[in-house]
Amino acid sequence: MRFSYYPGCTLKTTAALLENSALKAARALGIELIEQEKWQCCGAVFPLAALEIAPFLSSVRSLAAAKDTGEKLVTICAACYHVLKRANHVMKTDRDVCTKANNYLQLPEQYRGGTEVIHYLELLRDEVGFPTLARKVKKPLTGRKIAAFYGCLLLRPPAVMQFDNAENPSIMEDFLHALGAAAVDYPYRTECCGVYLSVQNEEIVAEMVAKIINSALSHGAEAIVDACPLCHYNLLELQKKTPQGKSTLPVYYFTELLEEALDLKDKVEEKMAF
Amino acid sequence: MKITRDNLCSSIVKEIAEISGENVAGCYQCGKCTAACPVNTVMDILPHQVLRFLQLGLVEALLNCNTIWICASCFTCAGRCPRGVDLPGIMEALRLILLRKRGFSRIKAGVIPRVADKGMPEQALVSAFRKYTR
Amino acid sequence: MKRIGVFVCWCGTNIANTVNIEAVTEAAGKMPGVVYAGNYKYMCSEIGQSKIKSAIIREKLDRFVVASCSPRMHESTFRKTAAAAGLNPYLVEIANIREHCSWVHKNKGEATAKAIALIRAAVAKAARDKELWATQIPVEHRALVIGGGIGGIQAALDIADAGFEVDLVERTPSIGGHMAQLDKTFPTLDCSACILTPKMGEAASHPKITLYTYSEVEKVDGYVGNFEATIRKKARSVDLEKCTGCGICWEKCPSRVKSEFDEALSMRKAIYIPFPQAVPNVPVIDRASCRWFTREKCGICRKTCPAGAVNFDQEDEVLQKKYGAIVVATGFDVLDLDDFGEYSYGKHPDVLTSLEFERILNSSGPTGGRLLRPSNQSPPKNVVFIQCVGSRDKSRGKPYCSKICCMYSAKHVILFKEKYPEAQAYVFYIDIRTAGKDFEEFHRRAVEEYGALYLKGSAGKVFPDGDKLLVKGVDSLSGHALEIEADMVVLATAIKAKSDAPQLARLLGISTDTHAFFMEAHPKLRPVEAHTAGIFLAGACQGPKDIPETVSQASGAAAKAIVLLSKENLLSDPCVSEVNESLCTGCLACIKVCPYSAITEKTIEEKIHGKALQRRVAEVNVALCQGCGSCTVSCRPGAVNLKGFTNEQIMAEVDAICL
Ligand SMILES: Cc1cc2nc3c(=O)[nH]c(=O)nc-3n(C[C@H](O)[C@H](O)[C@H](O)COP(=O)(O)OP(=O)(O)OC[C@H]3O[C@@H](n4cnc5c(N)ncnc54)[C@H](O)[C@@H]3O)c2cc1C
Ligand code: SF4
Ligand code: SF4
Ligand code: SF4
Ligand code: SF4
Repeated sequence: MRFSYYPGCTLKTTAALLENSALKAARALGIELIEQEKWQCCGAVFPLAALEIAPFLSSVRSLAAAKDTGEKLVTICAACYHVLKRANHVMKTDRDVCTKANNYLQLPEQYRGGTEVIHYLELLRDEVGFPTLARKVKKPLTGRKIAAFYGCLLLRPPAVMQFDNAENPSIMEDFLHALGAAAVDYPYRTECCGVYLSVQNEEIVAEMVAKIINSALSHGAEAIVDACPLCHYNLLELQKKTPQGKSTLPVYYFTELLEEALDLKDKVEEKMAF
Repeated sequence: MKITRDNLCSSIVKEIAEISGENVAGCYQCGKCTAACPVNTVMDILPHQVLRFLQLGLVEALLNCNTIWICASCFTCAGRCPRGVDLPGIMEALRLILLRKRGFSRIKAGVIPRVADKGMPEQALVSAFRKYTR
Repeated sequence: MKRIGVFVCWCGTNIANTVNIEAVTEAAGKMPGVVYAGNYKYMCSEIGQSKIKSAIIREKLDRFVVASCSPRMHESTFRKTAAAAGLNPYLVEIANIREHCSWVHKNKGEATAKAIALIRAAVAKAARDKELWATQIPVEHRALVIGGGIGGIQAALDIADAGFEVDLVERTPSIGGHMAQLDKTFPTLDCSACILTPKMGEAASHPKITLYTYSEVEKVDGYVGNFEATIRKKARSVDLEKCTGCGICWEKCPSRVKSEFDEALSMRKAIYIPFPQAVPNVPVIDRASCRWFTREKCGICRKTCPAGAVNFDQEDEVLQKKYGAIVVATGFDVLDLDDFGEYSYGKHPDVLTSLEFERILNSSGPTGGRLLRPSNQSPPKNVVFIQCVGSRDKSRGKPYCSKICCMYSAKHVILFKEKYPEAQAYVFYIDIRTAGKDFEEFHRRAVEEYGALYLKGSAGKVFPDGDKLLVKGVDSLSGHALEIEADMVVLATAIKAKSDAPQLARLLGISTDTHAFFMEAHPKLRPVEAHTAGIFLAGACQGPKDIPETVSQASGAAAKAIVLLSKENLLSDPCVSEVNESLCTGCLACIKVCPYSAITEKTIEEKIHGKALQRRVAEVNVALCQGCGSCTVSCRPGAVNLKGFTNEQIMAEVDAICL
């Protein structure tokens, strides 16, 4: 299985943990993720104004490059996934923007939204398959009570993202079950963590995080798992500043658990050893 | 308060409609957006009221409210709006009017080094910059 | 030479303001074959018609054109005028110079020129008109009613009372429909069963009504006055004649499954009657859950039945019957809430749809009428009702208003407060729609007498929180975001067309609207008729409706059906297709395009040079042909012609316009 891979800037820096564990697991599962050659930052937020095309262009370049190789474009960061998928949707549905973007980029071939953007979780679900994944698990996370946190970017707006049932998703829980863990269901799993508000309004975010953490705790969670560097930061750092004081619920990237269950943790990979 | 057709159809109202691509008349004030909003308690004008203000042509009040800066673009409201109104897009349009047209900048100097120190992901900084500055 | 008359109508000022009547009349008088042209202010009036009649006699007209409004309005009027003056009614043509001309143009000069062109076309066609004669078709004096809810029951009773045989086909084991599931009914709060059961009994015992429960219509052929339906009576596995309804079988049956009637809030047996007042009071075996049929053991019901009524070998029975009229009354479904996860419906047992709430209120329901929280069987103290769930929602639900939920939510508040006067009801609403006799007063009682807090706004999300439900919402009038700790949440869920309505529509040859409700022939003037003649609509299958409206529409549909059934014969429209066998090459392209399956093939024998040869040609069944004309355009040699609209006539019209 071969896919184009778009890492994004955060995975190359603060969220290196997310990338490393994901790539390790991919290799173990026999998935080839070919990093795109000249990727640029996706812009981190999808431009909501119907006006301009400039903020799209870097996304469109990556999408077009993936189309040239004929591969699906895989992302691991929820924000990159969100931006690329929405940019692609615009290219597919808005003729005006599509024409402008094509004119501007002067690509060898016109790009009209032909690439399929998928998230690493979808890769596991639809390409590998959770039953297959379950069979490949070496150290099942039996008995671990883990709460999945979806946040916003994977799910919303539902009509465009079409990632899962936006109000009642199950992909992360199914993933946890495949790893042998017990998924904790709690009502805050699709709420917003506060995103970049933490840059300016830490108190607001701390309060939002508190609700999420408390809900997970009160439903018996022993850890929380997410798929987004920003959620990760907010959940991890700001739970220390919650009004009630310092709750300490461990926060993992979903790929960290994958790595653990596939028994890749602490193992120096052969490739890296060379 | 006096309402006139000139206010209702002012150029800035049209501009917001254009930037956001939304028709504010689509909103029937059910309040679902506000009810869904995770940060509604710290907003001075509630999300459904933002739409109402626009319907009434009261744009200046919106340009001076904190709501547009607090909105997290989480899309919860847009995902649940029975009329398919893209409220985060409207919030963005209001911000853009201030940032682009009025040279406004929301981020205070000095914030970035402080947060960058804390290991905040690039994604957050880039987002904040794009949302809060020109 | 033909003697054609032209009569130009002013339609008051409707035509005369935009079309120069005198100029048009003068031009018409000079058209080929026209021997007389006149005009009048209202051609359709008594005076106008008598002007036509005297002109026919005086000028010896043998056909005429009326230049007036759409033929949909007055073609039949002027055909009668012709008949009264001794002319064949099919020798009349209408030139539509109102809808097609004066109403859509402003410039008088251009409109006048166009009116003249339209009249020239009509004159050219009239010159080629032939006498046509309607034939008589006999009417089958029996009606078929599909769906045994209150709508179907009412229609069946009305038709039967008029003296006609009625077959009432209901898919489930009992008639009654949704009304049987309800507790009390707005706005009078009479008990639903108390007013419904007598009607069900009446339908069952009426000498003119035959009930086919646990049955379905599989096929419908034919046409108005002469439908032929295939009805499948599914095997009940219990003999309707022998069973006494004693109930021993379902008491003893060991197999339990969720009760559809109780909205899955209780269990029923594999052999069951859906509810105590079921009609007929005879159980059915649900073979999918019966141990005899799934594992070939058990048979307890057969052993214990004192009447020996259980019959595992019973098979489906297929009947073919003829009907003159059909009433469709298949009702509605409740919207599926899969896309509305924020309400935690299906996640928490205390979040209910309104229909489930009806069952919990109902004394024959899962709690015996005690209103208790499904999660822990305790009395609820705070109940949040949320209106418009999935209604008026073009994004995830249905864009229309479900019409009944404002009223039944007020009813639910009142019934809840009657049981627990100390408790509190909250109702989230977007608008309150209570247009109807005594409806607004009823709603106000819920607010003022029963103290329900009506909150204009919405609930954003329901968060299960321990044994409570935290409802986050907004009161948009005060501008406050709210949190309510509730014991129960009731969702006034949208109602929608039955999911198989499009299939039934196809089977009957009727149409559905964008939401799959059956479409009426005219939204204002023909609200109970389908587009297809002889098929009538009653109740919620045509759009959201409450009981009073359903019953009115059912009686309306019944009245229309009675009008039809009381005729001995129907006149068939003579404007049907005919095949010129000498031109037909037997390609049968026409069969494929005919939407009414009116064309078949036949073999004819011809003598060519003294030799008898057999040849395949198309044949039109004039009773089935609706005169749509599709076949005429599909026929390459031009062998099919629509009488009254022949190829020659159409070409003559086109030529006349292009002149
Ligand atoms: C929660 C709730 C509360 C309500 N409360 C009130 C109230 O208080 N007062 C009031 O006036 N109204 C009330 N209503 C509305 C009321 O239920 C409807 O107006 C009424 O049931 C419509 O009757 P119907 O015969 O058209 O349809 P239905 O009641 O739906 O009956 C249709 C019947 O047709 C059968 N059927 C369907 N398809 C086929 C088929 N293909 N072949 C054979 N049979 C078929 C079905 O099994 C069913 O028996 C309420 C509705 C709801 C959901
Ligand atoms: S949810 Fe949509 S329709 Fe309702 S108030 Fe908000 S924007 Fe308006
Ligand atoms: S997008 Fe903004 S207004 Fe809408 S729910 Fe999120 S924070 Fe509230
Ligand atoms: S044979 Fe079937 S219906 Fe009869 S008692 Fe056994 S399980 Fe029940
Ligand atoms: S009847 Fe009332 S509750 Fe039902 S959809 Fe219409 S407005 Fe909403």
